[in-house]
Amino acid sequence: MPRAATNDRTELKSITLDAGGVYYKDLNSQVRGLIDEGYEEIVLQGVNGQRYIGDGLTQKVKIIIEGVPGNDLGAFMDGPTVIVNDNAQDGVGNTMNSGKIVVKGHAGDVLGYGMRGGRVFVLGDVGYRIGIHMKSFKDQVPVIVAGGRAGDFFGEYMAGGVLVLLGLELGDSPLVGSYVGTGMHGGAIFLRGEVCDHQLGSEVRVYPLEEEDRCQLEGLLAEFAEDTGADLSGVSLDDFVKLQPFSHRPYGNMYCY
Amino acid sequence: MAGNMVTSEFLVQVDHERCRKCKRCTLNCGFGVFDFKDRVTADTSKCVACHRCVVFCPEEAITVARNPLAFREHSSWDVDRRKAIWKQAQDSGMLLTGMGNDLPWLNVFDHLLIDACQVTNPSIDPLREPMELRTYLGRRPDRVEVERSDGGFKLDTEVGNIIKLDIPIMFSGMSYGSVSINVHKSLALAAQRLGTVMNTGEGGLHEELYPYGDHIIVQCASGRFGVHSEYLNKGVAVEIKVGQGAKPGIGGHLPGEKIGREVSSTRMIPVGTDALSPAPHHDIYSIEDLRQLIYALKEATGYKPVSVKIATVHNVAAIASGIARAGADIIYLDGFRGGTGASPAVVRDHVGIPLEIALAVVDQQLRSEGIRNWVSIIAAGGIRSSADVAKAIALGADAVGVGTAALIALGCRLCQKCYTGNCSWGIATQRPELVGRLDPDWGAERLVNLINAWSLELKEILGALGVNAVESLRGNRERLRSLGLDEMTTEILDVKPAGR
Repeated sequence: MPRAATNDRTELKSITLDAGGVYYKDLNSQVRGLIDEGYEEIVLQGVNGQRYIGDGLTQKVKIIIEGVPGNDLGAFMDGPTVIVNDNAQDGVGNTMNSGKIVVKGHAGDVLGYGMRGGRVFVLGDVGYRIGIHMKSFKDQVPVIVAGGRAGDFFGEYMAGGVLVLLGLELGDSPLVGSYVGTGMHGGAIFLRGEVCDHQLGSEVRVYPLEEEDRCQLEGLLAEFAEDTGADLSGVSLDDFVKLQPFSHRPYGNMYCY
Repeated sequence: MAGNMVTSEFLVQVDHERCRKCKRCTLNCGFGVFDFKDRVTADTSKCVACHRCVVFCPEEAITVARNPLAFREHSSWDVDRRKAIWKQAQDSGMLLTGMGNDLPWLNVFDHLLIDACQVTNPSIDPLREPMELRTYLGRRPDRVEVERSDGGFKLDTEVGNIIKLDIPIMFSGMSYGSVSINVHKSLALAAQRLGTVMNTGEGGLHEELYPYGDHIIVQCASGRFGVHSEYLNKGVAVEIKVGQGAKPGIGGHLPGEKIGREVSSTRMIPVGTDALSPAPHHDIYSIEDLRQLIYALKEATGYKPVSVKIATVHNVAAIASGIARAGADIIYLDGFRGGTGASPAVVRDHVGIPLEIALAVVDQQLRSEGIRNWVSIIAAGGIRSSADVAKAIALGADAVGVGTAALIALGCRLCQKCYTGNCSWGIATQRPELVGRLDPDWGAERLVNLINAWSLELKEILGALGVNAVESLRGNRERLRSLGLDEMTTEILDVKPAGR
C-alpha cells in the first residue's frame, strides 16, 4: 500500500493512507501497526466499503475516513475518535465501550447495538434498529444523536443511555418508525416533534422535559453542531418530547412458580 | 376460598427425640423452611428437597419425603399437570423452572452400545500403554503441505489459531449472575488443573478470573453484558451464543434481585435492573450477518477462534453448515436436555431435539459437504457420564461440554429452583451468606476428581476398543450399535442395530 508523506498540519503525529482497493484485513492490520508506531491521527483516503475500521481499538487515536466505510465501523471500540466525511453503512458503533464516531452523512441499520459508552453523531438519517439494548454503567453513558429521521425499533430493549432524533429537513416524512422503545427499561429518548401512540412500544410513555433534560440536551446539541457542522439555528428545546420506560422491570410479572 | 390450592411437594420431618436443637437446619436452609420456637418447626410448603438440612444435621434427625397425599389416578392428568393449572389459574404467568428438561423423553444415549475387541485386534491396557486424550479445537486446513528440509520436515501450510485441550471435556457456559462467583472460580481453577477450558456464559468475566484467561472461552450473547475489548481478548476463544438447549429461540431474563454490586460491575449494568437478553442478536438476521459478527470478533481479538453455540432444533444440520460457511471455527451444539438458570417450563420441556440425533446429522452433513475439517464440534446438553462422552465422540463430536454434571459435583441436587436465587448450596445464588458456602478450592477439587475419573473411564473404553487415541473414535460410528431404537432413528444416527 502506498503511504503518503507524514504531514504535520496538526499537533498530532499524523499520517495519510490510500485505502483504495485495499482488503479490509490488510487495511485494519496496517492501521493497528501505525498506532503501535505512535501515530495519533490516521487519515484514510479512498475508503470504499472496508469493514471493521476501528474494531476493538483501545487507544485514544483519531481516524479520519474519506469515502464510505463498510459495516461494523468501530465495533467493540474503546477509546478512539472516528470521523467519517461521508455516509456510513450498517452496524456503526456495535457494542462500543467508549470513544466517538461522527458521520457527516447518513448511516444504516443497527447503529449502536449494545453500546455502553461514548458518542455516535450522525448528521443525516439513520436506519432501523438504532440503539437497541444500549446500556449505561456508572459514568459510562452512551449517546446517539441523529440529525435526520429513523426507522422502526428505535431504542428497542434500551437499558440506559440517551438517544436523540432531530428530524432536520424532515419535509413530509415521519420522524421515526414504529415500535419505538419496545422493551425499554432504562435511559431516555428525546424526539424533536410529535410521536403517535401507535408508534410506541408498550413499555414507554411520553414525558415533558425536566430542567436537567434541557441542560443535557443543550450541551449535546452544541457538541453535535460543532462536530457535524449541522445548522441548529431553527431548533428549539421546546419542540422535544422525552420517552422513558415506566418500569426498570417490564417483564417482572410474566412468570409464576 | 383457599389462597393456594397447590399442596406441598415434599414433607419435612424432624425427629425431635434426636434433635439437639443446634439450629443448623434453620441457618442452612436457603428457602426459609425452618423456624425455631422451643423446638424446630418446618414449613413444608417451602421445601424443594435440596437436602442441605439433611446433610448438615449432625444427628440425622431430618428426613425429606415425597408428600404421599393421594390424588385420584388419571393417566392423562398426572399430578404435575394438575398442579401447573392450579398455579397458572392463580398467578397467570408462564411457569418458570431451572435445570434441564425433566420429562421422560427417549434418551438415545441409553440405546447405544459401545464395541470392544475380542481375540482379533487385541484390546489395549491403558494402565500399561499410553492413551491419548489430547484434543485440538479449531479450523483445520483443507490440505497441508510439508517441505522436506535437512533431516526433518517443515509445515508449509499456515494453520490458524487452534485450542489445545488435554481432555475432550470442557465446562459449559454458565453465566456469573445465574451462578455464583464461587462456581466460576471453581470452574476456572479446575479447568486450569485439568488442561481444559471453562466458558463464561453471557454475564461477563469477573476481574479476579482474568489470570485464568488461558483456560476460558468468553461469550458474546445478545445482551452483550460485560462485553468489551479487554474481555474479548482475555480468553482463548470467543463464543457467540445464538441459542441455548434449555430454551431455544428465546432470550433470558436475569431478575433484578440477582444483580448485586459485583454482578452489576461484571455485567456492566446498574444494580437492581433486570438483565434482559433479547431473543435474537439484533445484528444477526442471516448467515451473512453471522459472518459479519464472527469476523468483527476475529478483528477485535487478533483472529482468535470463534465458536457459535446453537440449540439443537429441527433443521440443525443446515444451520450448522451455514455456521461453518460463515467462518466459525467451532460449532457448539446444545441439546434439548441442557440446563438453565431459568426458563419457561413449556420451552424447556417441549422445544428442540435430542443432542445425540443433532450431533449425528450435523457431522454427516458437514462430511457430505466436504467441510467437516472447517469446524470442531462440541456436544453438550445431556452429557451425564463418561459413557455419554464416548458415545458423543463416536457420533462425531470433537469434545463435549458439561454443565449440569459439574454443578452436581458441587452439591447441586437438581431441585430446579435456580431462578429463585435461594440455592442452599451456594451455586445458583447471589446471597452472600449462601455464596460463601461454596469454597472454590473444595469445588475445584471435586470437579478435578470427577473429570479425572471420567478420563480414566474413557481411556478404559478406548483400550477395550483397541485404539490408543481418542482421535480414532471420532465419528467412528462403526463402533456403536443401537438397541431398542426404531429403524428410522437408527438410520438417521447412521449406526447399525446390535447383531449386525
